[in-house]
Formats: sequence, C-alpha cells, structure tokens
Amino acid sequence: MALLEITDLHATAGDTEILKGISLSIGAGEVHAIMGPNGSGKSTLAQVLAGHPAYTVTSGTVTFDGKDLLDMETEERAHAGMFLAFQYPVEIPGVTNAYFLRPSYNAIQKARGLEELDPMEFLDLLEERLKLVEWGPEIMERAVNFGFSGGEKKRNEILQMAVLEPRLAVLDETDSGLDIDALRIVAKGVNALRRPDSATLLVTHYQRLLDYIVPDRVHVLAGGRIVKSGGKELALELEARGYEWLTGEAGAA
Amino acid sequence: MSSPVEALVNREYKYGFVTDIEQDTAAVGLSEDTVRFISKRKNEPEWLLEWRLKAYRRWLTMTHEPTWANIHHEPIDYQAISYYSAPKSQKPLGSLDEVDPKLLETYAKLGIPLSEQKLLAGVAVDAIFDSVSVGTTFKATLAKSGVIFCSFGEAVQEHPELVQKYLGSVVPASDNFFAALNAAVFSDGSFVYIPKGVRCPMELSTYFRINAANTGQFERTLIVADEGAHVSYLEGCTAPKRDENQLHAAVVELVALDGATIKYSTVQNWYAGDENGVGGIYNFVTKRGKAMRGSKISWTQVETGSAITWKYPSVILQGDDSIGEFYSVAVVNGMQQADTGTKMIHIGARTKSTVVSKGISAGRGQNSYRGQVKMLPKAHGSRNYTQCDSMLIGNRCGAHTFPYIDVQNSTSDVEHEASTSKIGEDQIFYCKQRGMNTENAISVIVNGFCKEVFRELPMEFAVEAQKLLGISLEGSVG
Repeated sequence: MALLEITDLHATAGDTEILKGISLSIGAGEVHAIMGPNGSGKSTLAQVLAGHPAYTVTSGTVTFDGKDLLDMETEERAHAGMFLAFQYPVEIPGVTNAYFLRPSYNAIQKARGLEELDPMEFLDLLEERLKLVEWGPEIMERAVNFGFSGGEKKRNEILQMAVLEPRLAVLDETDSGLDIDALRIVAKGVNALRRPDSATLLVTHYQRLLDYIVPDRVHVLAGGRIVKSGGKELALELEARGYEWLTGEAGAA
Repeated sequence: MSSPVEALVNREYKYGFVTDIEQDTAAVGLSEDTVRFISKRKNEPEWLLEWRLKAYRRWLTMTHEPTWANIHHEPIDYQAISYYSAPKSQKPLGSLDEVDPKLLETYAKLGIPLSEQKLLAGVAVDAIFDSVSVGTTFKATLAKSGVIFCSFGEAVQEHPELVQKYLGSVVPASDNFFAALNAAVFSDGSFVYIPKGVRCPMELSTYFRINAANTGQFERTLIVADEGAHVSYLEGCTAPKRDENQLHAAVVELVALDGATIKYSTVQNWYAGDENGVGGIYNFVTKRGKAMRGSKISWTQVETGSAITWKYPSVILQGDDSIGEFYSVAVVNGMQQADTGTKMIHIGARTKSTVVSKGISAGRGQNSYRGQVKMLPKAHGSRNYTQCDSMLIGNRCGAHTFPYIDVQNSTSDVEHEASTSKIGEDQIFYCKQRGMNTENAISVIVNGFCKEVFRELPMEFAVEAQKLLGISLEGSVG
C-alpha cells in the first residue's frame, strides 16, 4: 500500500477552484517530483497537504500511512510525519532557532509516544544535525529566518527537516533562489534523509534540482490536474520543450 | 475554517472570586473627614495626618485627571468610592498565626500560601487585602540582618523617623492628581529598609488583593536601600471580577543611596474587565526611584491586567554614575487600554539608562508606550538606550509610541529604536506545521518577543509571567 494516496482531490481558495481532481500515489522509499508552469496549483497542493486554512478541500481523499490526512489538524499531520519545506519560510523575530525547534521536536515525539528532550539533550541533537547543512552552532541563536538570505532560509528548512525526521517531506520550490553551492547543500541534506520507510515530494519549476535529487516519478501539473506522468526522463523533456505542448493538451490557459 | 487571528478574546480570569468576609468599610465619599477617619483608624501621629490633609487640599485644587494619556473612560466619581475597607477580624499588627483562616485560604487560592513552611524558600511576603496588610512572613529572619520589611502602617508606628524622612521624598504629594489623592487617603502598603552594606538575604514581595466592592485601593510602598545595600522586591496583584470599575491609585517610592541596588519587579494581573469592556480595574500608579551616586534602580514589569493602565515607573538619576533600567511587557486584550512607559531623568554625570519596552496588543486593546528621556545640563557623558517594540495580534487592536527626548548638554548619547510587528496567521501555521498546537505557537512567538524582559525577572517570577502571558492571550486567536 502506498504511503501517500491522493484520490480525485479538489480544492478551492475562496470561490476559485485551484485543484481540479488530482490523483497521485507515492510509495515508501520513493521520490516524486511535481513540475508545471506558474499558477498550475503546485504550491496549492503542497499547502493543502499541510492543511493551510486558506484552502478548502471540496472533494476527494488523501490517505497518509493508512490514515485520513484531511481529517487531521495541521499539527496532527506534523505528528504523523508530514513535513512541508515552505516556499517562503516564515520569519519569527526574537525566537531563536533552538527555542523554536525544541517544542516542535518534543510535540512530535510526545505524539508518537517517544521521549522528549531537555534543552541540553536537544542541543546535542541539533549540533549533530547542523553538520548536514554545513552550519556551525551560531545559527541556533539567530531568530527563525529573521534577516536570513533567501538561500539561508531554504537551508534552514532542510535543517528543520533533519531535526524532525519526517516520513513525508514535501519540498515546495526549495530550489528557487538558491545559488549552486546552496543547491548542492540542500540536495545533499534531502538525499541523506531519505529512508526506506519515508517519501519525498519535490515541487519545482526547474529540472536543475533533479540533477541532484533523482526522482522515481515526475508528474506535470497544469490547470489543477496532473496532465502527464513519467520517469525521470520526463523532466529532461520538459527542460527541452517547455510546458506548452502539455498545457495545450490539458486545455488550460 | 475560522481564521486563527480573527476570533478574538474570551479568556477566563481565574482570580476573579470574592472572599466572603466581614469588612470594616468607610462610608462612601471623600472629604477631610474621610482623611481623618483613615488616619485615626491607623492610629497615626499628628504629622502624618497633617501631611495627608495638605495633600487632600492640594488634590482639591487639581480639578481633573491628567488628560494627556491615550486612554478613554467615563469620568470617575470620586464621591462614589469608599476609601477604606479592612477585614473586621484583622487585629492591627497581629502575628501570622492570628490571621483569619478565610484570609489564609484566599491567599492559598491565589497561590500565595502565607504559612512560612509552605512558602517558596527565599521569598518573604507582605499580603495586602484591600486597605490593610494582613501579614508579613519571615519578619524575624529578616530582622537578623537588620532588614525592616513590614506593612506601611506598622512602619509608621515602629520606625516613624525613617518614614518621616523618606515619605514623599521621591514622589511629593503634589506630584500629580493620583499621587495627591493617594497621599490623602493611602491606607497601607509595604515598607522596606535595608541597612548600610547589607545584601537582603531573600527576595521580598508584596501581594495586593482587592476584595471589597465599591472601594478603591490606595497603597503606598516605600523602599529605602541605604549605602551599598542590595534588595530585590517583587509585587503581584489580583482582584475579583466585577461589573463596576474599581480604582487602584498606588504610589511607590524607591530610594537608592550611594552604591545601593534596588531591583523592583511587578507582575500586574488586576481584573481586566470582560470582552465588552465592562468592569475591570483602573490602575493609575505613580512609581519613581531616586538613584544616588553609583547606585542602580531597575524596574521590571509585566502588565497583563487592568481595564486601564496608567503607569510610568521612572528613575531620577541624581547621583553621578548612577544607573536606571526599565524592562516592560505590557499586554492588552479585549477592550483593555494601557498607556505605560518610563521617565529617565539624568541629572548626574556619566549616568546610564536602559529602556526595553515590549507592547503586545490583541482583541480591541490599545497599547501606548510613553517614555521620556531627559539629559540635564550637568549630566555630562551620560547615555540612554531605548528599545521599544510593539506586536499586534489581529486587526482591531492598536499600538502607539510616544517618545519624548530632551538633551541639554553636548556630551550625552540618546538612542531610540522602535519596531512594530504582527503575529500573522502565517507564523502560526508555520509553527503548527512543525508540530505545535495553536496555543503553543502563540506562546513561543510571544515569549520570544518578550525574552529580553523575562530574563530580568527572578526565576520563579519569570515562569509565572510566561504562564500569565499565555492565559492573557488565551482565546486571542481562535
């Protein structure tokens, strides 16, 4: 059985339907990429999976690890192992990374019936995970994403992912705005965190990221529907031909 | 799905109960007779009665409350208030063992056990119930170091020379409308004297409780730290839930003689009124310290209660090389209004002051920071740093900043930084996506915002303050 099973998912923002029947199945251990032009609904799909209040699911189902994902609160989805690396990571002035991550980590541990860590133990865990994104401990004393460059913010998302160890990581355009070194670090982190029992969903515009994180499946989203799916070679084809030949097929603008 | 930042307010005020106890309450209204009545009840010496009457006459010439604050309320009818109320069973100067069990129970319910065995080790408490002190703990222990910690009334009887010397020396009776009113009718409060060179062996604390209806609480606190002395003092306050507004007009005077240190922390949690602005305490308080040469006065306040807060804990940096600090968190929710801040008056040379103010506004609350920094001509080489941050929760609240800076010499530095931010639904969603629930998310965001102030509080108080902040903002997001 698939780890994530999306069936005929429809979602609206206000009166506008954005997702118009998405079906997608991701197995444990797999990496899938969702590509597509601007406004095709890629980020909406990521946000809907995380339970963002701005969107309303009008029909369809999402099953995660056998459970009804849509029935859960945002934090319950996180407890179940769903992680969203935000396209635009949010700044929280005054709250240090360390102060932010411990309650997150402990809430998830607690929900899973695992041991919560005191501040000292947690710092040890953090120091170890920092290596993955090639950062020193000083980053932990900086306020969450506050005054971070675009690249630093994305790297910080990967650090959080490394600490929280999700079973499903949804990376929403994590590659946009990254220079080549940052892209390498981010990709290295994502690859290092892959496990046989977890899955990754990459939302991206560009094929570039997929040179570093090789997907098992590539899906093209256009006009709120998946218009084409294929192997990793589909990404290369998209790079060469653009999206028009597909969006034409979907009848979208 | 309802927007988390929209559905505002509706919190429970857990200290809103009333103690059913027989009280000895002065007739409603204010006249010279009221002043005489209070003075007589307290068996005061003639000089103090005269001092009160002078203040009362002065108050009569002040026709109305100050109008410059950014607060709005119906006119207060000073003739509709009772100015004195004390539990009947309370004997003057009674020992702790004689305290009415109902009162002990009240304080226990407030989390302030007055039995010394149960108290937090290292904290002595003076408990003020309406107009009188009902007991002071650890007096004997403190006396061994020469520290005097007692109710104001007791100090008048036992240490009249100290009271007479310092009463009104920092906040004169004529200072302002509410200070004059307080000077006329103040009923009790705490008195602290730390002798020369003594470091007070425990934290001192006063817990103020308003119980009686239709009464005002007008307490007066006087803390004197003699040369080189050191004291940390905490103050907490609560009141029952009532539909009428109640007036609290206190005066606090701090005197730090050469080389002394006074650290004064407040967690103010008076009843704030309901979400429609009915009821709640009107908190009009004058707090000021005088810092002599090389001394330091530090105010830390966490203000979460009261319908209206009007309060500017200040420091007169009189002696050379003296230091003044003000750290404040002020929270308004529902219909609360706060106009609070500080005054740092630099008179001596090389004086230093630091002001860190964090204002949080939620619901339809209005929060104003009002701060004055004055460098007088002889305050050569003095410095001030002010940081003033506001946080908004929701769309119907307000944050306002009114800094006044007056520099009269050319060698002083004054720095003022200000910022305004908003707790967004995005921040809450972000925290939730990382596993926190909504309440945790707000607590993390708000505590991060207030961190610089909380770390100035004594440990037990810091924990208390964080919890309080959580309760104050409960329901501010839905």
